[in-house]
Amino acid sequence: MRKRTRGYWLYLVPSLLLFLAVIVVPFLMNVGVSFTRWSGVGTPRWIGLDNYTRLLGDERFWESFQHNVGLIVAMAVVPTALGLVLAAALFDYVGRRFGPRTASAMRAAYYLPQVLPVAIAGVVWGWMLHPSYGAVNQILGLELDWLGDPDLALATVMAVMVWFQLGYPVVIFMAGLQRTDPSYREAAEIDGASWWRTFWHVTIPQIRPEIFVVLLTCTIAALKVFGPIFVLTRGGPGNATMVPSYFSYLNFFQKSNVGYGSAIATVLALVIVVVTFLFLRVQEREP
Amino acid sequence: MRGPGRWAVVLALAVLAVVMLFPFAIVAINAVKSPAEYSSQGPLSLPDGLYWQGIVDFWNRVEFGTKLWNSFVISASVSVLAVVLSVLNAYALGIGRVKGRLSILVVFLVANTLPQESLAYPLYYLAKAAGLYDTRLSVIIVMTAIQAAFGTYLLSAVLGRFPKEILEAAAIDGAGRLRSLVRIVVPISRPTLSVLLIFFFIWTWNEFFLPLILLVSNDTQTVPVALGVLQGERYMDATMSSASALLGVVPAIAFFLIFQRTLTRGVTVGAVK
Repeated sequence: MRKRTRGYWLYLVPSLLLFLAVIVVPFLMNVGVSFTRWSGVGTPRWIGLDNYTRLLGDERFWESFQHNVGLIVAMAVVPTALGLVLAAALFDYVGRRFGPRTASAMRAAYYLPQVLPVAIAGVVWGWMLHPSYGAVNQILGLELDWLGDPDLALATVMAVMVWFQLGYPVVIFMAGLQRTDPSYREAAEIDGASWWRTFWHVTIPQIRPEIFVVLLTCTIAALKVFGPIFVLTRGGPGNATMVPSYFSYLNFFQKSNVGYGSAIATVLALVIVVVTFLFLRVQEREP
Repeated sequence: MRGPGRWAVVLALAVLAVVMLFPFAIVAINAVKSPAEYSSQGPLSLPDGLYWQGIVDFWNRVEFGTKLWNSFVISASVSVLAVVLSVLNAYALGIGRVKGRLSILVVFLVANTLPQESLAYPLYYLAKAAGLYDTRLSVIIVMTAIQAAFGTYLLSAVLGRFPKEILEAAAIDGAGRLRSLVRIVVPISRPTLSVLLIFFFIWTWNEFFLPLILLVSNDTQTVPVALGVLQGERYMDATMSSASALLGVVPAIAFFLIFQRTLTRGVTVGAVK
């Protein structure tokens, strides 16, 4: 028996080597570099925890995490809440009274932005939001500099991300509803419960696992967000839309503060691992 | 809900659908508008005729054909290689049940959650040291590892439920391990593997951050990187911008339409099992 399982190890060897080279070694290098001052050329100079103490006092760093919270709202909280209502309405209502084809056509419409590369979504909106020739100002009859005004930029990026993200929860939740037993919802309706009460007390508990998965994956995506910031605002104006990922990129490739950038990236990795762990713990405790 | 209420709900849902689709429509109508028409009529008017010159000019200017080819080569290579690696890993973990498989799975999962920022500079540095910087091969190697991490996690669970009797019967007939994998496990899991292949292809196509860092020259950049960098530099005029947006959107929608059926079929086959 022992001999029988031993042979299977061979199948893991190619991936383990690749992982060592592409993930393990680079990650450890990144952590190592975060304890040094290094411009990317020459020898890194060991400075201990200096980069981390500097981070704690760096206003841009704290702001960038605050903006991340905004993006979690835009990419995880709002799409999940809205997605639940939409999925339930499509499934229970449109699907039943107007046929499943109408429901799936609408689902496809909500999902379409999700098929775009996020950078391309940025290209589309960068053009639509242009202050002088953009379509958005023309429609609303405004002359706002959506991405160039420090008071508006973050809210604008958040709105774009809601548009981009919404389809994902709708699709996952509709699949979840298909998996569940509709007789509970029908029973609640027959007992005279309003649509909202049924939605809150029956539908949501039924697809709790899907809600967890969507919240977790969207929160991680929001913490990592880079493409839309790079394309739409480059973290600006000022620091109005600075996020940790772009902040580390800036230090790596534009300011040649590789040590400092590595410290930011390490903290971001730590935050993401902790968030994942917390989510999974909460999920385990659920009945 | 009956009468007006019923229509109000559907109307609200339909309005939202229109809002979601609006950017696609406005990109399409403006990409075929001449610059003169755009400046006199604005972005909201319907085009008088089809003006393809803007798209053609933009295509030539960014050498879009090269970008498409780069994206295709990278995505296709990554999806095939990552599926192969995922199958090999999942065979060892899900069917072989090697010792310590749980901790190995956790490592794969953590690798998948790590932000790419925490790998980016060392990857950039190592790629330069290895002479792979600014080659498609560098992105293929890196993305294969990242996609295979997810694929291993997913596929191990699927192969963990693989009917053992079939494999035992094959072993009695004298089939070796590799033979069992190629002749039995892969054909039977093909629906799942093709779904995985498509996901890897699309995810790699859509990838932005690591290709941005590893690919700098015109000859190697992918579609999202080339268009994203141009937009970020903001020296484009209105018609160029909409041509750029259209060229970025079209492949994504094409994949969606091509793959949609396979994806749903694959998912349902997986669910029936």
